[in-house]
Amino acid sequence: MNGSWNYILRRLLYLIPVLLGVCLLIFVLFNLVAPDPAALLLGKHATPEQILEVRQNLGLTKPLYEQYFDVVKSAFTFDFGRSWKTKQSITTMIRLRAIPSLTVSLPAFVFSTILSILFALLVAYYRGKGIDLFVRVSCIAMMSISSLAYILFFQWFFAYKMEWFEILGYEPGFPSVLPFISLPIIIWVILSLGPDIRFYRTVILDEIYQDYVRTAKAKGLSDRKVLLKHVLRNAMIPILTYTVIQLPFLLLGALLLESFFSIPGLGDMTIEALNESDFPVLKAMAILSAVAYVTFTLIQDILYTWVDPRVKLN
Amino acid sequence: MENTIKIKSRSVWSDAWDRLKRDKLAMVSLGVIIIYAVVAILSATGLLAADWDQKVGESYMAPTTEKISLLFGTDIFGYSVLRKVIHGTQIAMSVGLISTLIAIPIGISLGALAGYFGKWIDEAVVWFYTTFSSVPGIMLLMSIAFAFGKGLTTLYIALGLTSWVGLCRLIRGEVMKHKNREYVQAATAIGAGNGRKLFIHIIPNVIHLVIINASLQFQVAIKSEVILSYLGLGVTGQPSWGTMIDDAKQELAQGVWWQLAGATFAMFFVVLAFNILGDALRDALDPKLKGK
Repeated sequence: MNGSWNYILRRLLYLIPVLLGVCLLIFVLFNLVAPDPAALLLGKHATPEQILEVRQNLGLTKPLYEQYFDVVKSAFTFDFGRSWKTKQSITTMIRLRAIPSLTVSLPAFVFSTILSILFALLVAYYRGKGIDLFVRVSCIAMMSISSLAYILFFQWFFAYKMEWFEILGYEPGFPSVLPFISLPIIIWVILSLGPDIRFYRTVILDEIYQDYVRTAKAKGLSDRKVLLKHVLRNAMIPILTYTVIQLPFLLLGALLLESFFSIPGLGDMTIEALNESDFPVLKAMAILSAVAYVTFTLIQDILYTWVDPRVKLN
Repeated sequence: MENTIKIKSRSVWSDAWDRLKRDKLAMVSLGVIIIYAVVAILSATGLLAADWDQKVGESYMAPTTEKISLLFGTDIFGYSVLRKVIHGTQIAMSVGLISTLIAIPIGISLGALAGYFGKWIDEAVVWFYTTFSSVPGIMLLMSIAFAFGKGLTTLYIALGLTSWVGLCRLIRGEVMKHKNREYVQAATAIGAGNGRKLFIHIIPNVIHLVIINASLQFQVAIKSEVILSYLGLGVTGQPSWGTMIDDAKQELAQGVWWQLAGATFAMFFVVLAFNILGDALRDALDPKLKGK
């Protein structure tokens, strides 16, 4: 037990250099490489005095190490300042926008995970037969179509032409939100099926050739029982770690889906910020998504050692 | 020395090629990729579809088989959608190629250095790629593309800089495994230096990973071009599959589907071919992984 606490502590400490690195990357991109925000804000006809004033207000005249320190500070305090466009506090914006994102991404994630695992079990059961080949080829084919093409076509066909769903928009509240989020959820599920089924199929096939499966069969268990009781339980380890690492992306929402369906989530906010060159919001989203990602990688690692005692803690 | 019998040895590569040749689907995919590459080269040299910005008819003419240039119909300006698709092929293939060419040297050199020398070099490289991979792909891509300003060069840089991490990880792990193998010890015994061991002995043994990785990376780049162009961070002033799909956003409601269909199908076949070839290459070059 001592070993695992040591491991967790070491992993926690390792977050610090990684987050400092992320801040450095974002600092380099936005403070060094990106075009001068003052010029962007003021337009072409700004006088040098105006530009200098704006640069001073934005803290861009500070020495570089202080600017870097500001980025680091925001990553550890979650205080990202205010949006240049809406003048709102970015932390408040993120809190408000996170709910619509999760309203779409959470059910979509649950449906797609369950469906993919079911499909993967089915094709693993019929491995090497026609249905297995068919599903595998369909997965690759589905992954080869641009996600934009799916969104455009589904939105046009099912919402615009068939009028089964709202074309775009969002209304909070339980039943009223459904016509707005159903189609984005369906598209999300379809987009995830290809890669997910492929992954889960590999995971399940890895287990199917293990000795314990042969033993279970030898003692007379049916194929179905072996698959559902033994194989699925052992496959839970990679399945769990695979799903945990997807969680931070749920918060970010689906950038494109939210933008196409005008769902006021974090993805939509990010794309708006991109179009408006709203630096602080873009920086905040980059930092926030990185923090979420490293946190969940840590959780994934800990879970991994916890559910599988064979994994050595190094 | 004169009595030495020369045995013609079969290289790993010819073995792999033989395995690949037996995979009919993979050979078809290779054929498709070669066709796309030829179209891209012809377009880049101005022999094909250089006149994409010439009117061939009215605005939004539906596809017809009367004229080749009208095969996929016309866009809002009366330009030929077929020519735009061909020009888009050139953009897509060059984005795939150049971003892969940027990512490969970074991935190989950092991965090999980290795996071979270990210690602080390894720690520094691991920190470096952990940092890069900690910002979720699309956010990093957007940030880089935003910082460098829109355009084709930005696409190359952004996609190149975001796609070396996977290869670097793979190479690092393999080099670590190989550096203690007997053949490397033998090289040490006859006095080979670090550079020789790494470049002459170890790297040729892990280079197949680069080919598998490049094949899969290529299609990721093609797909990302479409998304970045939609976000307004990609190509400007010339047609690409991304800008064509972006145009379709306004067109579908008017019943104009051919621009979306043209770009989507053009992209579908080449991405599918790279996906299938990538899988087949992995099976052919790395038989240990077969079926996984």
